[in-house]
Amino acid sequence: MDENSADSPAATAGSGLAAGSFSSGRGPRLFGGGGSRGTVVSTLSTVAVLAIFVAIFLLAPGARTVVHAFFYPRDAWQAFIGDPKKGYYSVGTAIWLNIRMFIVAEALILPLALMIALIRQSVHPALFPVRVIATIYVDFFRGVPLLLVVLALGLGVPGLYLPVISHQPDAVYGVAALVLSYSAYVSEVYRAGLNSVHRSQVAAARSLGLSQRTALRYVILPQAVRNIIPPLLNDFISLQKDTALIGVLGVIEANQAANIYSSLTFNYSSFTVAAILFLILTIPLARFTDRLIERDRRRRLAGATA
Amino acid sequence: MSTSGSGDPAAIRIENLHKSFGRNEVLKGIDLAVASHEVICLIGASGSGKSTLLRCVNLLEPIDSGRIVLLGQDITGPHIDQNLVRRQIGIVFQSFNLFPHMTVLRNVTLAPTKVLGMRAGQAAQEARALLARFGLLDKQDDYPDRLSGGQQQRVAIVRALAMQPQIMLLDEVTSALDPELVAEVLDVIGELAAGGMTMLIATHEMGFARDIANRVCFLEEGRIIEDAPPAELFTEPKDERTRRFLRRIVEAKRL
Repeated sequence: MDENSADSPAATAGSGLAAGSFSSGRGPRLFGGGGSRGTVVSTLSTVAVLAIFVAIFLLAPGARTVVHAFFYPRDAWQAFIGDPKKGYYSVGTAIWLNIRMFIVAEALILPLALMIALIRQSVHPALFPVRVIATIYVDFFRGVPLLLVVLALGLGVPGLYLPVISHQPDAVYGVAALVLSYSAYVSEVYRAGLNSVHRSQVAAARSLGLSQRTALRYVILPQAVRNIIPPLLNDFISLQKDTALIGVLGVIEANQAANIYSSLTFNYSSFTVAAILFLILTIPLARFTDRLIERDRRRRLAGATA
Repeated sequence: MSTSGSGDPAAIRIENLHKSFGRNEVLKGIDLAVASHEVICLIGASGSGKSTLLRCVNLLEPIDSGRIVLLGQDITGPHIDQNLVRRQIGIVFQSFNLFPHMTVLRNVTLAPTKVLGMRAGQAAQEARALLARFGLLDKQDDYPDRLSGGQQQRVAIVRALAMQPQIMLLDEVTSALDPELVAEVLDVIGELAAGGMTMLIATHEMGFARDIANRVCFLEEGRIIEDAPPAELFTEPKDERTRRFLRRIVEAKRL
């Protein structure tokens, strides 16, 4: 099919866009040039790179078909606003469910993953069994594809006919699957962060009479978290995207809404709309990460001049 | 073992202390008493056990056998609240170990507020007084990585002093410093000694040890070989091993 082969050029054009905007922001700062000349050069190179990708895409034999299938404005708009009478949902509304699922999942993952990391880092002999369980947990959920976890919970738990637990909306099972799976990953990120803080910091804190808990809270964790903000937010960017997997349970999130639209109209512009909406969500998070890192760097430098 | 005259109870008494790391026995029976207001310098080659001894006193390393008695209390026995013990013992490390994510002021006030429960305002006031005393007041809002090594080490000393310890342990505090920064740190220690602070100091600065110490202990391979007032130990050491060590130091122009 035409549409199948179209998949990869479309993706390339997308990543070309992202790379272009990235270099224009980073280039001058990284290479120290700065000034107007640096800006001109980076703008020109961005435009050139973009032009090349667009040219390759448009010159492809199937370009016309693909543009119609994926970038048709009327269909894109229809998918965005939705039309209940014709049986399809608004992708623009459905994305809110992704946002809500993402926020709830993130709020649960952060403390749960930290708990797992701390258990795995503990050395007390009495905690040995818990340590083993935590290790098995992490191994298991990092090894099983997230899609399978979503399906297992979404289809399995309701089948148990348990009171309350088996009578939740499908989105709840989806979020639970995200939390289980991502907590395993994020706990490893935390662990790397905890290990990145030098042992002498623990000694310094304890020698002042700080208890283990106080030392952890005020001395170790702040340094650990600071060191892992980029990989942590990186995981959350992919968490935002992975909320789309919950669509397999029939939950009307953005990707599922787009899917319904395309199956009714044989036009894929709805997926483009969903992709753009996801980008609108993830790009600010990426920029926010950069800003946090930059702010931290500045604050450390500010000490000297003050 | 002489505990420098009078009936002064020992601030710290170490009895037959043994400590091994795996098969490597680092301390092979240390006996040492530090009287209140006394300054004792530990000298000896790297690996002689000086640092380990200090870390044991501060309970940062569990000991294998023996006793450490702090102000009449056995701190190595069971059911000892380590945090309570450590409040009374300040330790300063070779590598400063300031908290890099906190300003100088916060480094100093953290323990008083979180351990002693002091109000933030009062802790800051006392911290500023201490910083001012050691010429660091203008650095209070800086982060440690903007300070010179000497300034960082002085802050580390202030941070330990803020807990009003009964005794200070200094673990080769000038070894990581550029030569021109050593003096400012030694001056601070001299001032502490003049103020009557009880101190146990591991050091490679022989001249400093000679000037400041009431007693100097020479350690070799986990044992105290010789324990004498500096005038005696540096001029007429009794043990052949002490003489050999000092000869090497003189040859290296460190004394």
